[in-house]
Amino acid sequence: MSIQSNNLHTESSTALPIHVQDLTKKYGEMYALDSVNLEVKSGEFLTLLGPSGSGKTTLLMAIAGFNRPDSGSIRFGDEEVILKPPHKRGVGMVFQSYALFPHMTVAENIAFPLKLRGVSAAEAAERVATALKTVQLDGLGDRGIEQLSGGQKQRVALARAFVFRPRILLMDEPLSALDKKLREQMQIELKHLHEQLGVTTVYVTHDQREALTMSDRIVVINNGQLTQIGTPNDIYNHPANAFVADFIGESTMLPLTHDGSGSLYFEGSLIKTNYKTSDAKEWSLVIRPERLTVVKSGQCDPEKTIVFTGVIREFIFQGDTAFAMMSVNDKYNLSFRFGTDASSWQNAMQPGDSVSLGLNRSDVIVIPGGLEL
Amino acid sequence: MSAHNTANFNAEGRRVEPLNEKSLRSLDIQEQRLLLSLATPAVLAVIAIVVIPVGWLFYLSFTGSDGQFSLANYQRMIEYKSYARTFVTTFQVSILTTLICIMIGYPLAYFLAMLPERLAGFFMLAVLLPFWTSLLVRTYAWLVLLQKNGILNDLAMSIGLWDSPLKLVHNLTGTLIGMAHIMLPFLVLPLYGSMKKIQRDLMYAAANLGASPVQAFWKIYFPMSISGMVAGSLIVFVLCLGFYVTPAVLGGGRVVMVATQITAILEHQFDWGAASALGVVLLVVTMLILTVATKVFKLDAALFGKR
Repeated sequence: MSIQSNNLHTESSTALPIHVQDLTKKYGEMYALDSVNLEVKSGEFLTLLGPSGSGKTTLLMAIAGFNRPDSGSIRFGDEEVILKPPHKRGVGMVFQSYALFPHMTVAENIAFPLKLRGVSAAEAAERVATALKTVQLDGLGDRGIEQLSGGQKQRVALARAFVFRPRILLMDEPLSALDKKLREQMQIELKHLHEQLGVTTVYVTHDQREALTMSDRIVVINNGQLTQIGTPNDIYNHPANAFVADFIGESTMLPLTHDGSGSLYFEGSLIKTNYKTSDAKEWSLVIRPERLTVVKSGQCDPEKTIVFTGVIREFIFQGDTAFAMMSVNDKYNLSFRFGTDASSWQNAMQPGDSVSLGLNRSDVIVIPGGLEL
Repeated sequence: MSAHNTANFNAEGRRVEPLNEKSLRSLDIQEQRLLLSLATPAVLAVIAIVVIPVGWLFYLSFTGSDGQFSLANYQRMIEYKSYARTFVTTFQVSILTTLICIMIGYPLAYFLAMLPERLAGFFMLAVLLPFWTSLLVRTYAWLVLLQKNGILNDLAMSIGLWDSPLKLVHNLTGTLIGMAHIMLPFLVLPLYGSMKKIQRDLMYAAANLGASPVQAFWKIYFPMSISGMVAGSLIVFVLCLGFYVTPAVLGGGRVVMVATQITAILEHQFDWGAASALGVVLLVVTMLILTVATKVFKLDAALFGKR
């Protein structure tokens, strides 16, 4: 699916923004969607990220028209679609199960939406061939669905979803059935395909790395509410709360104390000054394991670096990186990662060693709230 | 160490006699024998109550009244019109019953497949409940319901649906009503099974791609349910071909099917040869239909569990 020149490109003017307003859906007493407001920009790749049961799939299915919310509004551009049945919404969708029709060939599957739209047989054949080429399945049109591998099925499902030039493309965990290597390859391909088609894309996943890799913006969902919306960089480096910090990437959270004048401390050492205290009564320091480096204590500028000293409890070689756990004051566990190249490896340590770890002050992330998740 | 030294190696460094090869293979054989022994009672039973009697039937059908080989039994079937009529009736009743079952059973199976599991189980019970009562009881129950002064006629006349009692039994109508009722579960079960295998996502995908509910049904759902429908229809059709009790009771002698004819020949003429010939023809025709239908509709998976 590397970029190939063809006429599938959807004009950017035909990509549509999606406006979701006060969307609510209750199952019994539980809110699957709790008054959700969301603006998806025209042509952007937006990912709904959350744990299972968070409401992300419910939101996607509501946009596609497969479930009926209790209240709220969904607009594609200026057009209200909340009352429209799914077959009149004109959005493309890739399903987790691929949902390919088993009694049709690859080409018949892809031609299905074209036939329904009254496209002539000749033009349909041409567009199917182009779509197959775009997903790198040239010449496989006559294959039966059962003869395809998982990755090929995924590509056919994709081709079928964009062949009729929808203005909005929805994807429900389309890569979750693939093995890790193929999944990572497809992530890049999907990203390129999106750039090529320019279509507004809403993507659902529970895989935070996938979301970080592919998205223009990420929406973190939990308990039917949007917890944070932002670019991958925002979400990773400025998590809004403990849930986001914990869900995206690896992190250690340490409790902070406030001196009442805007300074936050961890076990007596100053972490941050001039912190604008909100209503929160508790604060936590979020540390990404890869941001810690082994330092010799006393050699660091305390203006720039915060130093944590403790004892190594766990040390695990994982190939590209090594993972270690350090215990601070026998009370807090601090996890960190470092490279396994020869020069870093010289610092190899054993459980029981005393070590100092430095955290650059510019990498300090403070979130309101305690540690209970 | 010594075992290693004494083992024979060939030029490529492989053992001439690989380690434990014989004992491992004998484990395989043991397991196969055990499995085979489990099937023995069934195999013996099939030989005793199917193979031998059917073979005897074949033999009788080719034997004349003098005990010599003869095709007289078959010749008579061609010469006498009543035999041909019997076969026509048999096929007519079987085809009609099958069609009625499809018309009632397809919507019913669809309804069941759309229900959430628990409700589907309840309604399935309603479909299966008649299975638990005797065939004869069910057939006579229909007689009570449908007869001239039966419950149905009384009810219909009292609310003014028709003025004089309709003839609902002792004819083709009664036979079809009774047979369709008895055969319905045989159609609904395989059909429900094949419908349950149709993923909900496929219907979503069809709608998403622009198919209205009606288009999605005819282009996706129906084609995918055909194998279950054909399998069920075939079972119903084949069971109907050899059906005796219901046509005999509800047909009142006016609906003469092959099984009824066989009984009649045995009771009135005591002609085992003629009766056997009828049985053989029915058996051959049934097997032909099954073979052809299986090939045409690729029913191996639906009927015989092959993949």
